[in-house]
Amino acid sequence: MKCVVCLKRVPDTGTRIKIDSSGTAIDDTDVEWIVNPYDEFAITEALTHRGSDGEVIILALGPEETTKEIRTALAMGADQGILLQVQRPPTDPLQTAQVLASALKELEFDLLFFGCRGVDDDNCAVGPMVASILDIPLLSDVIQFDVEGSKATVQRETEGGHEIGNMPLPCGITTQKGLNEPKLPSLPGIMKAKKKPLEIRPVELPDSSLEIVEMSFPPDRPPGKIVGEGADAVPELIRVLQEEAKVL
Amino acid sequence: MGQNILAIAEIRDGEFRSVSYEIIYQARKLAESTGGEAIAVAVGSGITEKAAELGHWGAHRILVLDDPRFEQYAPEGLTETVLAAAKTYDPSTILFPASRRGKDLSPRVAARLQSGLLVDCTDLEISEGHLVATRPAYAGKVLLKIRPKTLPAVVSLRPKAAGKPVRSEESAGSEVVALSDLNLEDAQLKTQITGFEAAAGKKLDLTEADTIVAGGRGLKGPENFNILEDLAEALGGTVGASRAAVDLGWRPHEDQVGQTGKTVNPGLYIACGISGQIQHIAGMRTSRNIVAINKDAEAPIFGLATYGIVGDLFDVVPRLTEELRKIKDAEH
Repeated sequence: MKCVVCLKRVPDTGTRIKIDSSGTAIDDTDVEWIVNPYDEFAITEALTHRGSDGEVIILALGPEETTKEIRTALAMGADQGILLQVQRPPTDPLQTAQVLASALKELEFDLLFFGCRGVDDDNCAVGPMVASILDIPLLSDVIQFDVEGSKATVQRETEGGHEIGNMPLPCGITTQKGLNEPKLPSLPGIMKAKKKPLEIRPVELPDSSLEIVEMSFPPDRPPGKIVGEGADAVPELIRVLQEEAKVL
Repeated sequence: MGQNILAIAEIRDGEFRSVSYEIIYQARKLAESTGGEAIAVAVGSGITEKAAELGHWGAHRILVLDDPRFEQYAPEGLTETVLAAAKTYDPSTILFPASRRGKDLSPRVAARLQSGLLVDCTDLEISEGHLVATRPAYAGKVLLKIRPKTLPAVVSLRPKAAGKPVRSEESAGSEVVALSDLNLEDAQLKTQITGFEAAAGKKLDLTEADTIVAGGRGLKGPENFNILEDLAEALGGTVGASRAAVDLGWRPHEDQVGQTGKTVNPGLYIACGISGQIQHIAGMRTSRNIVAINKDAEAPIFGLATYGIVGDLFDVVPRLTEELRKIKDAEH
């Protein structure tokens, strides 16, 4: 199978986010960057469907530094990388989807993988958008994925349980936690990754469909109180929940 | 560009999900600002009779597509249906619930319209005639105010974020209109959902729960989550978990609250044996009331909690369950 994985470079989830002087974007000076955690499931899944005569291509949109995250994916076992290079990645998912879709049109893949969510902008949108632009079937939040012949069978996470579905190839999925255990890069993998092909293509972004007016921190929560110590504090807790919070 | 607001209802097993009423209620409020109509779109199988209910939640007009092919989620067919409704009624905003389906469907619609997409919004306002949406990013570490530059704006609204909708006894006098001339061909519906398996023992999804009892590493093992299950049952709530508990294999991943799990905003969140790492806090900080039960008085979770008890959760939680059951029994 020819598999393409769309990868995003995001701030580590432990990062304390700061806002830059424009007031509309994050300050990325001290940010540690990682492969989007949900994309690790996508890379791992693609590798299991590659087969003996297939390949796994990593496609990413981002600044030049994103080659580091692409190399990580290559060290996990992917075959080649393509970086669609921009100065700064867009926060508008439609721009991202349009740029990825036009690159994907030339790749003739069987299977297309996305993480279900970028842990930065939390849009969960690029996978379904790309599928819609390319007019291919896609299911999101996938936790089980099997391919037989020209048909894929899928379980997807939804509220209160799992939906079971299927779709013809070529198709896409967005990968949810639970699909697999991410395959971490091995030392030989890291050595090999250095020699794998990685193409850098500068791209122009289409116009943005969104304008960020303001980025701010959520208001601090009002200070709380310790109602007591140990099980003896339970009656007091119930009292405040009933009388102050009015939630019981 | 028109001033109508389209609200795309969500139907499962032939019933409207409560998020449908939230977005119709919100659509009505927006329509009152823009001077247009709140138009509900209901697509499902065997739903024509029930559709009039949406009028009680504020829909001026209800567009119905009643087709057995929509018994389950059918993303391509739904996309075409919403696009057709948008073409006819020329909305300035198309509202979806930010449910699993809504978050899958709304990007498809936005991509086809080449319109701005605003995901998981917690507040919508019309300012000088233009929509401005507030939404969290970085799992709630920051808030964004965003304006769409292209219309119609495609918006998903976070469940429970915009306040409880009110059902009025009187219907808005809405007209039910059948959407019949779509000519959807089977070949267009490539993605097929064929079934649903309910998760064991889960009554309500975390994102829609009013009360959550969550456990972390302090639970010491998967078998001890039964004391949280008991407390959740006494409160009519749902059990959640920290990433630590999920990574240790104690709970399924769908229980995870935090930046790489779910973002929740219940009325009451009880964190048991959870230290309060930034990753976890990001997913639950908008809960209206947070109770922390932890042995370590220095745990960061106490900095966030509305109420805290410093103590061993294995003493405190069963006692809390017991007292709550007594109250419940006394009420009966």
